[in-house]
Amino acid sequence: MRHLSNRTGAALLMAPLLLFLALSYAWPFLGVVKWSFTLPEPGLGQYGVLLTDPLVQSVFIRTLRICAVVTAASVICAYAITFVWVRGTPTQRMLAEFCILVPFWISVLTRAFGWVALLSNRGLINTWLQAIGVTSEPLALVRNEFGVIVGMTHFLIPFAVFPLASAMRSLDDRVLLAARGLGASGTRTFWTVFVPMTASGIIGAALIVFVFALGFFVTPAILGGGRSVMVAELVYLRIFQSPDWGLGAAISVVLVLFVAALMALLFRYVRPRQMV
Amino acid sequence: MHQPGRAAEIKAIGIGKSFGSFRALDDLTLDIGRGEFLTLLGPSGSGKTTFLMILAGFLPPSDGRLLSDGVDITRQPAELRSSGMVFQGYALFPHMTVEANIAFPLKVRKRSAADIRQRVGEMIERVGLKGHERKLPSQLSGGQQQRVALARALVFEPGVLLLDEPFSALDKGLRGQMQAEMKRLHEETGTTFVFVTHDQSEALALSSRIAIFNHGKLLQVGAPEEVYDRPANRFVAEFLGEINMLPLTGVRQENGSMVGVCEDRTVRIGAGSGVSGDALLAVRPEYMSIAREASPQQNGIAATATASTYLGAATKLDLETQHGAKVTVSVPNEVAASALNGGNAVWLTWPSDKGILLPAGGR
Repeated sequence: MRHLSNRTGAALLMAPLLLFLALSYAWPFLGVVKWSFTLPEPGLGQYGVLLTDPLVQSVFIRTLRICAVVTAASVICAYAITFVWVRGTPTQRMLAEFCILVPFWISVLTRAFGWVALLSNRGLINTWLQAIGVTSEPLALVRNEFGVIVGMTHFLIPFAVFPLASAMRSLDDRVLLAARGLGASGTRTFWTVFVPMTASGIIGAALIVFVFALGFFVTPAILGGGRSVMVAELVYLRIFQSPDWGLGAAISVVLVLFVAALMALLFRYVRPRQMV
Repeated sequence: MHQPGRAAEIKAIGIGKSFGSFRALDDLTLDIGRGEFLTLLGPSGSGKTTFLMILAGFLPPSDGRLLSDGVDITRQPAELRSSGMVFQGYALFPHMTVEANIAFPLKVRKRSAADIRQRVGEMIERVGLKGHERKLPSQLSGGQQQRVALARALVFEPGVLLLDEPFSALDKGLRGQMQAEMKRLHEETGTTFVFVTHDQSEALALSSRIAIFNHGKLLQVGAPEEVYDRPANRFVAEFLGEINMLPLTGVRQENGSMVGVCEDRTVRIGAGSGVSGDALLAVRPEYMSIAREASPQQNGIAATATASTYLGAATKLDLETQHGAKVTVSVPNEVAASALNGGNAVWLTWPSDKGILLPAGGR
């Protein structure tokens, strides 16, 4: 019965965390669920608004669109960085590690303002582009969807790196050698053997990034300049600016359910161990 | 590039490989004949796998040249060399079906779909995998995975098939079966096979020639009978199977054959030359027999039986000579019983052409 006692031990170790989560998160969330059915009057009214209100719907569609683009961009960039990190020369590995870890240590707020400094009309990029004569007018790089996507992608790349690295590390080098020996070029080996064999890492990375992206608040608020409102910001606006708690709560519940469904998918296709 | 279907002839000239200050392979010169089954045999770290990786094009040699059918391929990358390769652990593509694995080298070569279908079908039949075409490697047994690896490496008719310890993961029964199958595939395809193993019985059973490696050096190349019966040095003699070593003194030539003094008796030696004075006499256990009395015509020394091991078909008898050398003999069961019951000294005899003369000392 060693197995059982190990399980009991693990449960005991996790107990304080689970208790904390139950008290600080699950309990208050039940309150939010209650609001969504009771404010301003009891019934399913707020969910009806969700299905019919064009503003709410446009925010949901924008959120999904931004999340999809951010997921694709983050996973592709992370794949390239991880490839260098796992398979590069020692110098390349160090450089990749630097690029992955340094952004990790800087706060999300600082990074968002950093991108404003780079992308704004009088920011570094527009100044340079005008100085070397590529453009005469500053390009609109921030306070729109483009800025939001850049900032979110930059923030989320490290989260995609870890599942990808785990998939790439577990790959048997001899399989790659076999492909070369059978006549495949490096490029062909990459696309027909390396990429398919790391598919579980790609799926895991994409789901993690997508789930994180859905709940983004600070980055879209700063880099979107109020014009590219995403779901999390909409909840904030409904609850703190126009006292419409019922609708804000209903949006939150839908968002949580959606994330839960994605997490279920994630655990089904990728073992949790592969994500770290 | 190599013409499909024709066995390749490979020449290695002065090949060497260093990893930092470690010399993995030193000055190796070896001709691999068209269509032969050459085994690279040696303990781990002897340089045999390094040489295979150089042949495949996965490792560039530090020195020397490699010719395939007279063309210098020393710097040619692996994918242009197109030697078939079977890896230790098979290295199948886990995300592809059996069929797709075998079709891979043909697809890379842009063969027509009809051609690919036909060849893959033939190959699947030839290695006995019919009915498993749509399975993934993880759904196959070890022996079946081995067959897929062989089929994938042979389907594009490479000039040479390189095999890196392909049987090390199989159990003993299956191993014998796969060995027979590989021998048949070699005969059917006529391709040059270069096979790496550390198992000497596997090497003796399969090869047309064996190349024996130790410490990065090629020690001897020859047919199995040749390296077994005429080893060039003590390492080869001992690596290929059990062998008894007896010190010799006063080795000289006499009437066209070699003679020496072993345990105070003069013995004749068939093989080995260029040795005089002190030397070693090596005799395999199965060539020695037990006699009750000395005969002046035969090589023989006195010994006492100390232990026996019953092996079923024969008995392994451990003896000690008068001078304290340990000797092992494989004899019929009843001979062993009487030798042990006697308790007294027996005579160990062997035909003079089965005695091998080796330089003293050096291993």
